[in-house]
Amino acid sequence: MGWRMESTVRYTWPAVSANLLAPVRPAFRALAEVFVPETAAASPATWDRLEAVVESALAGRPPAIRRQVILFIRVLNGLARLRTGRALTGLDLPRRTALLEGLSKAPVLLVRRGVWGLRTLVQMGYYTQPEVQAAIGYRATAAGWEARR
Amino acid sequence: MNARQYDVVVVGAGAAGGTVAQSLAPLVAQGKKVLVLEEGPRFRDEDFTGRELEMANEVFVDGGGFLTADGTMTLAFGRGYGGSTVVYTGTSLIAPARVIRDWAVPGLDHADIERRSRRYMGENNVHLLGDDEINDNNRLFVEGCARAGYHAEQFPLNVRGCKGSSLCNLGCPNAAKMGTHRVQLPNAERQGVEVVTRARVVRIGERRVEVEVAPRTAGGKGTDPEWAPGRYDVSARVVVLAAGAINSPALLLRSGLAGLPSRLGMGFTCHPAHILVAEHRQPITNDVGHPKSFFMDRAAEEGYVLETCMYFPFITAKNMTGFGVPHSTLMQAFPRLQMILVLACDKAVPDNRVTVDRDGKPVVHYRFTPEVIRSMVAATRASAKIFFAAGAVRVHAPSADPPLIEAQDAPRVDQLIDERHFQLGRISVSAAHLMGGCGMGSHQADSVTDAWGRVHGVPWLRVADASLFPNSVEINPYLTVMALADRAAEAVRSDFGSLA
Repeated sequence: MGWRMESTVRYTWPAVSANLLAPVRPAFRALAEVFVPETAAASPATWDRLEAVVESALAGRPPAIRRQVILFIRVLNGLARLRTGRALTGLDLPRRTALLEGLSKAPVLLVRRGVWGLRTLVQMGYYTQPEVQAAIGYRATAAGWEARR
Repeated sequence: MNARQYDVVVVGAGAAGGTVAQSLAPLVAQGKKVLVLEEGPRFRDEDFTGRELEMANEVFVDGGGFLTADGTMTLAFGRGYGGSTVVYTGTSLIAPARVIRDWAVPGLDHADIERRSRRYMGENNVHLLGDDEINDNNRLFVEGCARAGYHAEQFPLNVRGCKGSSLCNLGCPNAAKMGTHRVQLPNAERQGVEVVTRARVVRIGERRVEVEVAPRTAGGKGTDPEWAPGRYDVSARVVVLAAGAINSPALLLRSGLAGLPSRLGMGFTCHPAHILVAEHRQPITNDVGHPKSFFMDRAAEEGYVLETCMYFPFITAKNMTGFGVPHSTLMQAFPRLQMILVLACDKAVPDNRVTVDRDGKPVVHYRFTPEVIRSMVAATRASAKIFFAAGAVRVHAPSADPPLIEAQDAPRVDQLIDERHFQLGRISVSAAHLMGGCGMGSHQADSVTDAWGRVHGVPWLRVADASLFPNSVEINPYLTVMALADRAAEAVRSDFGSLA
């Protein structure tokens, strides 16, 4: 029998710090306010939940993806400085929005994808919160029609 | 390493694996041992809470956000006892005769697919919902189609005791959906088929599989695995792959078996989809009632199908283009939103394929052909017309810039929605009908298996799932998967004597 039971297949990733966003938190929040404007007035608890969801989602991805996300936030911050002389946190919401809208239509796929990915992470962190879902009027329950008629 | 011996090992417990398990169950009474290995857990009824993030992370691979290699499309596929049948909406259509004819697989004819599909429709209680079970989201689609000159058709659904939770895609919280987790797998187990969950097949060798059984994670959903956690060497006379269009080809590719057909992994198709959203003046019933009761089929004419749909807040947000105030304003209108799912009937091309990376993980390469982009744009235009005909005040169209179109611009949707705005990486595209990679055909040069799922040149190895599709099926695929799995199981039974 020529087959030996040994595997090189690896599906699990090393444990990751839950504080993944810490090095870029101010920039991340400045970006999040562009993607979901309601976060500008979010409570500390809402921010905590949002960031916990994002960090948990990143923790389940390969290390290279995690590094790319953090790097991309840093690049966006650097780009803001380059174009305006201010970091993302120093720009008002309209200028941050204009920067990101431009990048979301950039000719380079990698840039568009990066903006889309960050946007999606923030939306995941925000719109999966039960309080937020209730606030926008989402009311689905297991009871279905019984709860409405 | 624990050694186990079986006559048949089935890899995967979804639509295909459940069908094969039930179809082979009578062998158990003849003294044969049949085993089903499933990577995901066996969920309990109380696990289905309907909470978006919690459920998505449990019932979907990568939480439903598995990305293609270039990151331009997310693929959703289920994991667990029942596979994707746990998370579909139960839409049950028989493959069109035109499609099966175009597949041109020697030994496969439409009459056979239809006969088997009808048997499973009966088994799964497939029927049309009554008028009193149709919500406004679906009713507006029918009315909009009629006014816009299109013909809407009602989906036959496999539900029993549906309460209209609208939570189908997170797993029915009322045990109403008759997926393989409710029908075929329990039936197989009652007859003595063994199902082991949390059992990941690492690799396939000559008439054996290497399996890792994982423990239940602390606080995780589902039951403990049926076998003690650890590694197992399971030998079998026949191995049947039913792990789906991504995992079946990937498993074969990383196993490095000699003599496999060169087309392995090629010809992946997935019905790339957009979720379109429109806002009405008044609240409508949308997040209550079955979400997908009607469709409009333009596959033969324009390469697309429209389906009603209703998704959860995050999925809705993710699938809209853009961000900021316009996006947020539409999200705030959730109780007034109508939704349509646009599906392109993509054609198999060799470059769209499944490979594996250095770690053995599946990688899906997908390039959008001009035909697919054209179909998605045409479908978006048709959807916008249907929305406005149904009374919507604004429509969100991904391939328009800006994506929001107001009612006064309704006459201009053909100009506003345009291929030049179909900008990958900016717009969201997702897919859940994953097909191909082990396509059927007549010989090694053009296919991976024959019409009965026998892998060319490897008599003990069979494929039974959606990876068999040599091209997209152009409708919701699960009944066709079950029909093909039923054929694959029949071939195993008939070949069994010669496989000792």
